[in-house]
Amino acid sequence: MIEVLRIAGAALWAHKFRALLTTLGIAIGIFTVGVVMAIIEGLNASFAEQISSMGSDVLYVDKRGWFQGRDAWVLSRQRRNIGLDAGEYILQRAQYVSHVSPRIYQGGRLKYKENSLERVAVLGAAADMAVIAGVELVDGRFLSKLDSQRKKAVVVIGAAIDENLFGGEDPLGKRLSINGRKFLVIGILEKQGQMMGRNLDNMIYIPAETLLKMFGRRWRNITIAVKASSPDLINEARDEVEGIMRRYRQIRPGQPNDFAINQQSALQELYDNATRMLWMVAIGIGSIALIVGGVGVMNIMLVTVTERTVEIGIRKSLGARRRTILWQFLVESMAVSALGVVVGFVMASGVAVFVQRYTTLAARVPPTWIALGIGVVVVVGLIFGLWPATKAARLDPIEALRYE
Amino acid sequence: MATPGQNGLINFQGITKVYDMGKEQVHALRGVDLTIQANEYISIMGPSGSGKSTLMNIIGCLDTPTRGRYEFEGELVSDVTDEQTFKMDDDQLAGIRNRKIGFVFQTFNLLARTTALRNVELPLVYAGVSRRDRLVRAQAALEMVGLEDRSTHRPSELSGGQRQRVAIARALVTHPSIILADEPTGNLDSTTGREIMSLFDDLQEQGNTIILVTHEPHVAEHAHRIIHILDGQIDRDEQVVKGKADFQ
Ligand SMILES: Nc1ncnc2c1ncn2[C@@H]1O[C@H](COP(=O)(O)OP(=O)(O)O)[C@@H](O)[C@H]1O
Ligand SMILES: [Mg+2]
Repeated sequence: MIEVLRIAGAALWAHKFRALLTTLGIAIGIFTVGVVMAIIEGLNASFAEQISSMGSDVLYVDKRGWFQGRDAWVLSRQRRNIGLDAGEYILQRAQYVSHVSPRIYQGGRLKYKENSLERVAVLGAAADMAVIAGVELVDGRFLSKLDSQRKKAVVVIGAAIDENLFGGEDPLGKRLSINGRKFLVIGILEKQGQMMGRNLDNMIYIPAETLLKMFGRRWRNITIAVKASSPDLINEARDEVEGIMRRYRQIRPGQPNDFAINQQSALQELYDNATRMLWMVAIGIGSIALIVGGVGVMNIMLVTVTERTVEIGIRKSLGARRRTILWQFLVESMAVSALGVVVGFVMASGVAVFVQRYTTLAARVPPTWIALGIGVVVVVGLIFGLWPATKAARLDPIEALRYE
Repeated sequence: MATPGQNGLINFQGITKVYDMGKEQVHALRGVDLTIQANEYISIMGPSGSGKSTLMNIIGCLDTPTRGRYEFEGELVSDVTDEQTFKMDDDQLAGIRNRKIGFVFQTFNLLARTTALRNVELPLVYAGVSRRDRLVRAQAALEMVGLEDRSTHRPSELSGGQRQRVAIARALVTHPSIILADEPTGNLDSTTGREIMSLFDDLQEQGNTIILVTHEPHVAEHAHRIIHILDGQIDRDEQVVKGKADFQ
């Protein structure tokens, strides 16, 4: 077997350039599938985790849906805004809802002494957001009902703010400025890390009321995050919240909703669909490239067998059996395919490294890739090498020796 | 295994070879009866196209007869009559070629991109000999033909005579029952041809059985028995008087 590999290696080496060209098809196939796998792997590592962290038991009541066509989006922009009181309205009436908090997003510039941070996520929320978002504190406390009622200028900071703005000082009790307004630090969040390319620790929570008062125009639209009392009751909670919101918005029976209830599962579905599409495209391109590559391998093996007819005759005259010759050429065609896999692998890894460096996507070529690669070598090499190898094995020794 | 004494190393009975060329049939061999004993030194002579190579190929199990009975060391290789057909299959023939027969060709037939040592080693690869033993035996075979210092050379780096020595070493390496050489000096100049022939003489003296095809009488007379082939049949089968060839 080692001998067979040695012979195949020597034969390939004798026609390096030709072998490389031949395997380009396979390389492209492997490359395509490899890149897509690397990207999906990257998406899985960040996106999937992120949406699961949104909680499968949380509903987001918004005037627009997350996924809708362009027309619907334009229409929904004209809808009435949802106000802060909607949250309280829902909580009081709903039976299947345990926690409710507004959620307002805004970018902000933070300053503390000489240090400043640009583009920090400023989230307006309420006390219940701690449970809804599942945040943990390392020090201090989260926002309270009183903070919201009094529209206090207090802030709970993410771990990255602690690190980058305060540089070793204990932030608790210090005052930092958000877009020029002073806020008292009352709590520090546990480190959460990267998700979907965003540093989740580079964010702060302030009371939604304070945010609206200080930075927001009065008519500003908000989202209400609603947590079902149990994940099993998410559908009941959804129906219930829908009814309550219709009453709140005073929609007559028969009229359509002028709001949307968004849910993580919708995001999951979208994500699954997107990756499934990506997969199908990759598998399509990949398999076409592999077939083209395989035919290339077969062609080159037929040429090789013809070129080496005398060699085959010599080997047979010295006692090589049919299956010995068969294996020699099968191993060679598998080696040609393997070369393609290696080239494709190297190219795909290169792209993954590039993507990782220049985007925030944690792309990487997953280990399953290697199993796939080996599978491709065996299958493509065997299938497309079988005919040429059989041809070689069946050669008549005398005719082969006489071949010019 | 039958007794080699009576039946000999090689036993041909009515060996016939017909090449079917579609419209016409070429009768390369027309009923050859032949017995060859171990340690014989035989030349086969005859005009071009008389069937010498065909005979060698059948002896060497590279080809099979259309008709007739062939026993090698008492083992039936093929037996084709009107009533029945027995032929060893491809792999059985390959096994005999590998273990029992050493071929030397007019055109050397060495692997071009492969060193002398690797070329000589090749039959042992197919015999399943371990790598260490292979290298030891291949080196020893190269020594026997006086090429121990050329083991890493490729055929293109060797002269014609040296290439034929490598081919002979390759034929010897499995310690075959018989060495078959089809016009081994055909591509060599006369000096080199003489060197190769004296190598065959030595090998025969050491106990090897040798059959060689040639159309040069001075080459043929190295042997102890000359078989003349004419038109696919044995025309004459003569014993050479010992010593005569040495003075040619
Ligand atoms: N493969 C073949 N197909 C058809 N005819 C062949 C083949 N091999 C040999 N012959 C014919 O058989 C006859 C004997 O050939 P060969 O044994 O090679 O003669 P020699 O070696 O004595 O010159 C010739 O007429 C040759 O043309
Ligand atoms: Mg001939």
